[in-house]
Amino acid sequence: MTVTDQEQAEQTAQATTEIEQPSPLRQFWSSFRENHGAVVGLFTIIIMIGIAFSADLIAPHDPNQQYRDFLLIPPMWQDGGNSQFIFGTDPIGRDMLSRLIHGSRFSLMIGAISVTLALFFGVTLGLAAGFFRGWVDNLIMRTVDIVMAFPALLLALAVVAILGPSLMNATIAIAIVALPQYIRITRAAVMGEAARDYVTASKTAGANTLRLMFITILPNAMAPIIVQATLGFSSAILDAAALGFLGLGAQPPTPEWGTMLATAREFIRRAWWVMTFPGMAILITVLAFNLMGDGLRDALDPRLKE
Amino acid sequence: MLTFLVRRLFLVIPTFVGVTLLAFALIHLIPGDPIDLIAGERVVSAERRVQLEAKFGLDKPLHQQYLIYMGHMLQGDLGDSIVARRPVVHEFFARFPATVELSVIAIFLAVIVGLPAGILAGVKRKSAFDHSVMAVSLTGYSMPIFWWALLLILLFSVNLGWTPVSGRIDVKFFFDRVTGFMLIDSLLSGQEGAFKSTVRHLILPSIVLATIPLAVIARMTRSSMVEVLTDDYIRTARAKGLSRLRIIDIHALRNALIPVVTVIGLQVSVALGGAILTETIFAWPGIGKWIIDSISRRDYPVIQGGVLMIAATVIVVNLLVDLLYGVINPRISHA
Repeated sequence: MTVTDQEQAEQTAQATTEIEQPSPLRQFWSSFRENHGAVVGLFTIIIMIGIAFSADLIAPHDPNQQYRDFLLIPPMWQDGGNSQFIFGTDPIGRDMLSRLIHGSRFSLMIGAISVTLALFFGVTLGLAAGFFRGWVDNLIMRTVDIVMAFPALLLALAVVAILGPSLMNATIAIAIVALPQYIRITRAAVMGEAARDYVTASKTAGANTLRLMFITILPNAMAPIIVQATLGFSSAILDAAALGFLGLGAQPPTPEWGTMLATAREFIRRAWWVMTFPGMAILITVLAFNLMGDGLRDALDPRLKE
Repeated sequence: MLTFLVRRLFLVIPTFVGVTLLAFALIHLIPGDPIDLIAGERVVSAERRVQLEAKFGLDKPLHQQYLIYMGHMLQGDLGDSIVARRPVVHEFFARFPATVELSVIAIFLAVIVGLPAGILAGVKRKSAFDHSVMAVSLTGYSMPIFWWALLLILLFSVNLGWTPVSGRIDVKFFFDRVTGFMLIDSLLSGQEGAFKSTVRHLILPSIVLATIPLAVIARMTRSSMVEVLTDDYIRTARAKGLSRLRIIDIHALRNALIPVVTVIGLQVSVALGGAILTETIFAWPGIGKWIIDSISRRDYPVIQGGVLMIAATVIVVNLLVDLLYGVINPRISHA
């Protein structure tokens, strides 16, 4: 093959790629990228995940190490601050920054586990309700109505009161409370798809029920579910922090942000940093997931885009 | 309208029965024996246990226990608080007005700020005002309100000394409870400064409790407004040469507000959930704090009864909102 041939071949190849439709991922990205808030949210989340995974490496101190000579040291930029403790220390001399860094693990873990649980059960139940309709639908949706009569935090509290306060039980409670949202959204999306021609075609071709449900319909109903899962992360993190704050989630000395705030309450007059930073960490994380969720909704679900 | 009302009422019944089932199950799902729960730290002898089981009907099969529970409930008996040794229903209604007062004011605040902000943002879409309303409401929506409460206390109570830290009124005031709503009772008492003290105590808790509903209402109003303003009939109104104000006021607003009413109704549930945190932080003697205290005291009849009563409140409010929805949206009531 001569050089010119090769060049020609390359040119043809390029020409063909230019004509080709952009891949769905690329389409999604170009639409997602337009929403600056969503991109900021995405990068914040990536950084958070990075911090959570490398907590042992980047935290300057052990989160539970008590420096008895350094109780309630203010942040380093304030008078009396110490460059050893960038964000200061808490009432028993633990390094705030290290606790905050390790705290990211708990928030993200609670979010990930409860969203996974709620997704798994919620999507299955919603799919069943939307696909079978009739009494299955009635049974599932009336149960959803009942659960939704309870304010989310109250129901989570009741579940924790039964199971006993702990990080794991709080996670389960949050997943249970979130279930109705996933069921409703999946059901609505499935009902919208089930009437389409491609589903009828697949049915005529002899696809069995499970194949119809999980392989034919579900992938096409995923967009709103993905959005819900992202937004679900933020409410899971908020609820977990609230339970921790009420003493019904993670237990001290776990450096979970809500639990840290609960112990910081009594020092509100003396040490602003003890209560300011954990709350800020919660707010930033929740905000990041909400920003990304909004962006995902615009990118994945053009119908909802204004 | 009447058929709509009857049908809607009929739909509420199974939900309510389900709620009672869930509340009933609550006590039975707790690991351990109900008698031990009721007895607390005390040791119960074998004979006493049989006596107690008979007294509380725990020797009967579960479905009978449920029917008995339902029977009691329909007569307004939700059992006795283990700690206070008084009927749960009395304890509930002693605290309910405090929560209602706080929630109503919070939702009122959320509506009078959130609604205009959302309307303006929707009308002046993509303006600086729109962007700031959206940014602020997204932040409010993402706010851990218990932290927000602490920040406000730090600023307004600790540093500036403008507002009190906790409670419903200064301890120096004392008067009989008439309605249970401190704003009304303090006025009725005629004591100088009592009403002012009540208002000062209400400011921070109601701001905290209003935060999330406000953010949700502003966001929802804006997107509803944006959607309506791009509709064909608005273009027609514009083509007819109607003034901008008239288009927004008469044509757009009425239609835009229909979904907003539903959202406001849903905020009642959000506020009742938020009241748990707000009341705990501000030592507000309402239902939320009562339930939290009861969880730490393991006072299960109170948890059971309180959870049931709150769910019943949410169901009733949702029903009222649905009826209101039917009134303002003729398309529903005539269907």
